[in-house]
Amino acid sequence: MVTHGHGDHARPGHRKALATPETLAIMRTRFDGMPDTGQQSLKYGESVRIGEVDVELAPAGHILGSAQAALAYKGQRIVVSGDFKRRPDPTCPPFEPIPCDVFITEATFALPVFHHPSDMGEIGKLLRSVATFPERTHLVGVYALGKCQRVIKLLRAAGWDKRIWLHGSLMALCKLYQEQGVDLGDIAHVSDAILENFRGAIVLCPPSAIADRWSRRFADPVPAVCSGWMRVRARARQSGAELPLIISDHADWAELTQTLKDVGAPKVWVTHGREEALVHHARSLGIDAEALHLAGREEEGT
Amino acid sequence: MQAFATLLDALSYQPARNAKLRLIETYLRETPDPDRGWALAALTSGLDFPAAKPALLRGFGEDKIGPELFHLSYDYVGDLAETLSLIWETDPNAGPPPTLGEVVDTLQTATKMQTPAILKRWLDSLDATGRWALLKLLTGALRVGVSARLAKQAVANIGNQPVDAVEEIWHGLSPPYRPLFDWLLHDAPRPSTNAGGAFLPPMLANPIERAELEALEPAHFRAEWKWDGIRVQIAASGGVKRMYSRAGEDVSGAFPDIIEAIDFEGVFDGELLVRREETVAPFNDLQQRLNRKAVTPKMLKEHPAHVRLYDVLWLEGEDLRALSFDQRRARLEAWNAQKPRPRFDVSPLVIFTDWAHLAQLREQMTSDGIEGLMLKRGDGAYLAGRPKGPWFKWKRDPMLVDCVLMYAQRGHGKRSSFYSDFTFGCWREAAGQRELAPVGKAYFGFTDEELRWLDKWVRDHTTNRFGPVREVAPELVLEIAFDGIARSIRHKSGLAMRFPRINRIRTDKPAAEADTIDNLLRLLGPSGLENPAESAYVTAP
Repeated sequence: MVTHGHGDHARPGHRKALATPETLAIMRTRFDGMPDTGQQSLKYGESVRIGEVDVELAPAGHILGSAQAALAYKGQRIVVSGDFKRRPDPTCPPFEPIPCDVFITEATFALPVFHHPSDMGEIGKLLRSVATFPERTHLVGVYALGKCQRVIKLLRAAGWDKRIWLHGSLMALCKLYQEQGVDLGDIAHVSDAILENFRGAIVLCPPSAIADRWSRRFADPVPAVCSGWMRVRARARQSGAELPLIISDHADWAELTQTLKDVGAPKVWVTHGREEALVHHARSLGIDAEALHLAGREEEGT
Repeated sequence: MQAFATLLDALSYQPARNAKLRLIETYLRETPDPDRGWALAALTSGLDFPAAKPALLRGFGEDKIGPELFHLSYDYVGDLAETLSLIWETDPNAGPPPTLGEVVDTLQTATKMQTPAILKRWLDSLDATGRWALLKLLTGALRVGVSARLAKQAVANIGNQPVDAVEEIWHGLSPPYRPLFDWLLHDAPRPSTNAGGAFLPPMLANPIERAELEALEPAHFRAEWKWDGIRVQIAASGGVKRMYSRAGEDVSGAFPDIIEAIDFEGVFDGELLVRREETVAPFNDLQQRLNRKAVTPKMLKEHPAHVRLYDVLWLEGEDLRALSFDQRRARLEAWNAQKPRPRFDVSPLVIFTDWAHLAQLREQMTSDGIEGLMLKRGDGAYLAGRPKGPWFKWKRDPMLVDCVLMYAQRGHGKRSSFYSDFTFGCWREAAGQRELAPVGKAYFGFTDEELRWLDKWVRDHTTNRFGPVREVAPELVLEIAFDGIARSIRHKSGLAMRFPRINRIRTDKPAAEADTIDNLLRLLGPSGLENPAESAYVTAP
């Protein structure tokens, strides 16, 4: 059962995989060998019985196709949140809180210092920088799946109608989003540019490409990085960003704590990040909370 | 306050000088008085508040989210002011955020008892960046990589004036600098320059090499030693006594021994040194006295400061800058002869017949207290800035050593895709093994073309990665030039080079033949081997 298509959740090589149709499409785009995997798709709200357990997927608001898994067995319900966020995202339906007995929550940004500001405010920072440095290229580091498409949609909402240039590694998933009905406007591959000096342009690329030789083609680039980690200066500086933009697809502290209230689970298992603070907070609310350590999970760079 | 916070935030991430200037200029143009003036004061360290104590901030944080969560947060962020700014939440009912002017006015009049409540109200009304900027302002250190000089350059730029025109009147102005902005932006008259103790922009020299000297007439030039200290200006008038760095920073506070010894009126150009009896101490000793907020009596006693005068710009109410060097020199010597002053003396002229003779004198000068020679035209006026022609510096030849490249790191800004910061080492014996010990780091000295070559070499010879740092195979020899070397407890090899740069890429030399640590130790000389603090150099007669 795969909650969403990010590389630390979806892996190639399964014999069988159950996920939303969008997540399966993402996996087919990303992985070779998917024809060998038995794929079972389950739309949001549909349910399927596996053995004695009723399985249902519900929107997680994280990226296109992202889902929580609700597992019901003999009147008891466990919900696995997967990665989620609570604020609106133009590329996917919003998170739906499901009342449950056990809630397994992610905790990527589970510290009170993480409070993501309004995403349109951050996009405003980017556009203001473009206006201040019109002769420079703004290189915006984004994760290829989800963040990239959300940032494009946010730029469109802020009135940026010009062509948005993309690093080659972002093309395939943007194409997939377009096929899934997400309108990204005028986007193009950087390598396809002929008469373009990229002055005043916005170029999206994976964060690692900013300091890569690839970036030398641009005019005195302004490196920007979109991530929830940009909230903390030391982390932002480490990323090499001159323009850190706090745009995250994960719940911040307020969203995490609000979600514990909304689902009302008496038992909470915390995983994927800073368990300690959220466990402490949940216990102070009288919830039976503990850290759940998953093997093989690395900190997500987005 | 919010606009100022946005500026500080952008500056803190911006490595490039020109981009920093653009950000400050945009802010100064768009922000009304008096806020922009207060901002300028903050950037030039001209604001003086009773500082907020860390305990107060910690208390705020613990009250807000409980000690446990605050501790976890602080532990993760690592900076108290930043942690507090991040965990605090904006209260939509707190009213409008304060302006910078309001913050300054309020804090200058508020009592200690009132401050916490006022501060809480402000924290409620600002966003996270605003809170961070406010707390940085209150705890004293902005640390956004902007020098006072750069801020003044930005101010000068908005009025299309040279920075020296701002520098000359700067010390007669006080925040929020309304007359300055009126002059630069609204055609008001330039504020007057005759305030007591004003800084006068200094005259600077261009470097010159031996071969280039042949084009010059020796009889036109006077020579003096270039002392290895810090170029300063002593400015005393109307009862105000100050010492400035070359960039116009007021450094009086760190050198009360000099300031107290000023019993004259005038503006002098000279070199700040640590001097014990007749000997000038190494630059290292002077460094001990720099960047210190408080000077201890022990420091004053063991590292006594001294100013060796080169020139006089004003004397007893008279501006001498239009006079020739020879005329100013005569005035300086006559003034000095009237009364001996233990903290001040006049740098002697070096008498020479022709360039060959001077070259010989330069060769013979082995004192470490001297960086080289200055050449000044006898008929030249004292001109601000770095005019071409009248003044030259003829530095001593740098020391050279062959090192092996060990690590490389990518640079910033335009160099962010290039491995351009290089750590290099020399050989030493350890437990019977020959190993490389890092001796320094350099990020200039090479051409753009060499940088491209080095970048590729690093990528092709990487053996290990530690985050942003690449370790490379110990195969490439770099000839490193540097101006001095001293013992240092802060460096792993126990040595610190002064001003190291990459002089040449020695692809012709096998790495095994690079220099050893012992070779470097020998450069310290016999006195340097024992204890740097006690090493002393004999000054030139």
